[in-house]
Amino acid sequence: MPKDGGIGASTKRREDVRFLTGTGNYTDDINLRGQAYVHFLRSDVAHGRLNTVDTSAAEGMPGVIRIFTGKDFEGIGGLPCGWQVTDRHGEVMQEPGHPVLAQGKVRHVGDPIAAVVAETREQARDAAEAIELDIEELPAVVDMKAALEDGAPKVHDDLTSNLCYDWGFVEENKAAVDEAFKSAAHVTTLELVNNRLVANPMEPRVAVGDYNRSTGDHTLYTTSQNPHVIRLLMGAFVLGIPEHKLRVVAPDVGGGFGSKIFHYAEEAFCTFAAKALNRPVKWTCSRSEAFITDAHGRDHVTKIELALDAENNFTALRTDTYANMGAYLSTFAPSVPTWLHGTLMAGNYKTPLIYVNVKAVFTNTVPVDAYRGAGRPEATYQLERVIDKAARELGVDPIALRRQNFITEFPYATPVAVEYDTGDYHATMDKLEEIGDFKGFAARRKESEAKGRLRGLGINCYIEACGIAPSNLVGQLGARAGLYESATVRVNATGGLVVMTGSHSHGQGHETSFAQVVAEMIGIDADQVEIVHGDTANTPMGMGTYGSRSIAVGGSAMVRATEKIINKAKKIAAHLMEASEADIELKDGQFSVAGTDKSVAWGDVTLAAYVPHNYPLEDIEPGLEETAFYDPSNFTYPSGAYACEVEVDPETGRVTIERFAAADDFGNIINPMIVSGQVHGGIGQGIGQALLEACVYDENGQLQSGSYMDYAMPRADDVPFYEVDHSCQTPCTHNPLGVKGCGEAGAIGSPPSVVNAVIDALQSGGKNVTHIDMPLSPSRVWQAMQG
Amino acid sequence: MPEVKMTVNGKPASGLIEGRTLLVDFLREKLGLTGTHVGCDTSQCGACVVHVGGRAVKACTMFAAEAEGMEVKTIEGMAEPDGTLHPIQAAFQNHHGLQCGFCTPGMVMSAAALLKDNPTPTEAEVRDYLEGNLCRCTGYHNIVKAILAASGQDVSKIAAE
Repeated sequence: MPKDGGIGASTKRREDVRFLTGTGNYTDDINLRGQAYVHFLRSDVAHGRLNTVDTSAAEGMPGVIRIFTGKDFEGIGGLPCGWQVTDRHGEVMQEPGHPVLAQGKVRHVGDPIAAVVAETREQARDAAEAIELDIEELPAVVDMKAALEDGAPKVHDDLTSNLCYDWGFVEENKAAVDEAFKSAAHVTTLELVNNRLVANPMEPRVAVGDYNRSTGDHTLYTTSQNPHVIRLLMGAFVLGIPEHKLRVVAPDVGGGFGSKIFHYAEEAFCTFAAKALNRPVKWTCSRSEAFITDAHGRDHVTKIELALDAENNFTALRTDTYANMGAYLSTFAPSVPTWLHGTLMAGNYKTPLIYVNVKAVFTNTVPVDAYRGAGRPEATYQLERVIDKAARELGVDPIALRRQNFITEFPYATPVAVEYDTGDYHATMDKLEEIGDFKGFAARRKESEAKGRLRGLGINCYIEACGIAPSNLVGQLGARAGLYESATVRVNATGGLVVMTGSHSHGQGHETSFAQVVAEMIGIDADQVEIVHGDTANTPMGMGTYGSRSIAVGGSAMVRATEKIINKAKKIAAHLMEASEADIELKDGQFSVAGTDKSVAWGDVTLAAYVPHNYPLEDIEPGLEETAFYDPSNFTYPSGAYACEVEVDPETGRVTIERFAAADDFGNIINPMIVSGQVHGGIGQGIGQALLEACVYDENGQLQSGSYMDYAMPRADDVPFYEVDHSCQTPCTHNPLGVKGCGEAGAIGSPPSVVNAVIDALQSGGKNVTHIDMPLSPSRVWQAMQG
Repeated sequence: MPEVKMTVNGKPASGLIEGRTLLVDFLREKLGLTGTHVGCDTSQCGACVVHVGGRAVKACTMFAAEAEGMEVKTIEGMAEPDGTLHPIQAAFQNHHGLQCGFCTPGMVMSAAALLKDNPTPTEAEVRDYLEGNLCRCTGYHNIVKAILAASGQDVSKIAAE
């Protein structure tokens, strides 16, 4: 058993007490002296020419301080995009401007037109209703394929079309892939939709801008997963504020799931307005507003084809995807359907030839960007669905077909440009068969049938690329940022430590698990280690938390910084014990001289570092504080196998999840309790995508699912208890902790198994249904059964 | 503006309000009790659940004026004065029933109301009762487990947290 507070222990989370007692500090809990409130007047049409914005009546309303429109932002930068994709013809993507407040046109329902700043939230809202708009409504484009037709209305008049890019990967393989399809013994084809989703962290976004006129210092409090990224993007590209005059604070953040990575207009507005008005300006997003302003996720339309030889070996894979960008390019939007999606199309299989085509399309909808998994769920879903369909067409067991094609030797270079360092896909499948009790399935199916229900078992594998990412590699791929992570370890005189990390915790429990790592390395109690994150003023420049990168990249930076601390502490200990540095050992917080009974405690060494009376001042500086930046040499590749059992009510088409099992390989584990929690949450979101959630626009670009009345979030009675296991561990070979990351696995791995299970159930009932698009609502399932 | 008076977490509380001021805004803005959260504007998410007159209420569906003279309990009133967690709060920590913490106050207040009326609920009863409380982090697994544990039931057979 690992020691509580050390690596591998299910240590209870230290952050829980403040959250359980109502003493967390979320951004909306922050109220500054003299703060004003902003309400944004937003477009209620999807596409229109903005002729006039008449604020004259509103300006005289009670409490109104000032009303801002697009004119106030004419000389100011727009929101930048952080990734430039180059298309299959060598051309860079089309990149439209993205003003803070609309200028000339509105391009989606929710596009901000004017910002009313008033003494109270209610006064700001009341005054916004008195603004008179003259908008000439234009035809909207919503459907991606229609948006690419000749003569389609253009979202951006200054672009040549609504096509952002036409990406081919690997372009040089295209001819060989096409040739392999011609000689295939069997080809399985599937057309599917990866449904558009809304991330819906339970805490809506909030921004509070503050400005100190006497020092010129700006502060932005915001609900962000990466405050340093916001500081850089907003400071350098939007408002022209150098980093040393801009502090960004992301305090307790109530979930993110990707949607709080991006730099949003409201952050720039509050920062700008705080200076313009010389008083703090606060914006709190309502949930209805979140639905029309938070970046959405997924929204791919795909045709996938799998070629097999006569022995059922996969010989080639070809996919053709339309990916919705929405009306503007959100911060990392172009990377999601390309480098986070195409590079994962090999999955767990040794398919030798793969070609991926992605057309990214502008439409009059909210921008689409990364949502939990970001590209990898889209890759996994189509691949694991087409394999299941192939198994049915060939009359072979879907598990056997997968096992036959598994990659078994590592490292493995895929034909889509990534190298898996390690994995054991048979091991996770073996574990899944055990924890999913596949042997008992036939009996459970009989029981269901006795009740008049159809029962199905669906499985799938997944692989993902986490720990994003080697900076030089992503730079070549178009990233306009590095993707290292940072940590500063500050040891205090009496032995306690503060670790300042560039990662950000918004539910992941870093304050607990990061402390476990450092405590283990030094051999002290975890409660001697404090983790600080979320404030650019007291953390080193870091890229934040997304893509399951925190422990793999941020944890590695913390390890490197702690190693520097230990090395220096050993020098001090050697001096104190008059021994050779090479003979010093650190164990359980004691430095000892090998082969002797001499020892000094951790606290003696840290005190000596700050009270250097007896200290090698000629060799080393006093103090004990070190910083490390870690840039990974590769992605990490968590993998696993998931199983879902459903019952379908043939009378109504209603699907219920009866059992769900997940066998993951995350490499080494720091806190198993937290890891299981991450998987549970991902599965909940994956089941939501598969059965319930759909972000729906009508043909005019009106959002039909704009509140929790219409957007079906998974609730406690939609899901069962989950069986999760992460005992299969092939440690990552290239980071110091051997960790892979676990944040997205559940959301990546679960949708295909749910759909595969429903198809299995329907086929067991004699229904020749081969595919239903998500979400598998009762009406869709019932309709499919009638066909 | 009229004044409203009520008892919040055992102490008298009062403040000037507009007629349209919601109870949740009164608690957060006027009393500084920011543990009660606002996660939606359609009374669906349950992040704002408090107890009014001993019953679970979504504080976004009630005007502050309607709570005149009532006993209100919020998440800040659940632990003992010395900081000892309420058994439901302790169960949430022990079983990892929270991640980002935003839905947590509402979950705890709903759970407390459930266990008052139904001291040993079944798993299905817990799930059914939580219909009005959304969580996006946990997949509900450890929330349901924590509430069953808080009711004194053996949860050791349920898959690991």
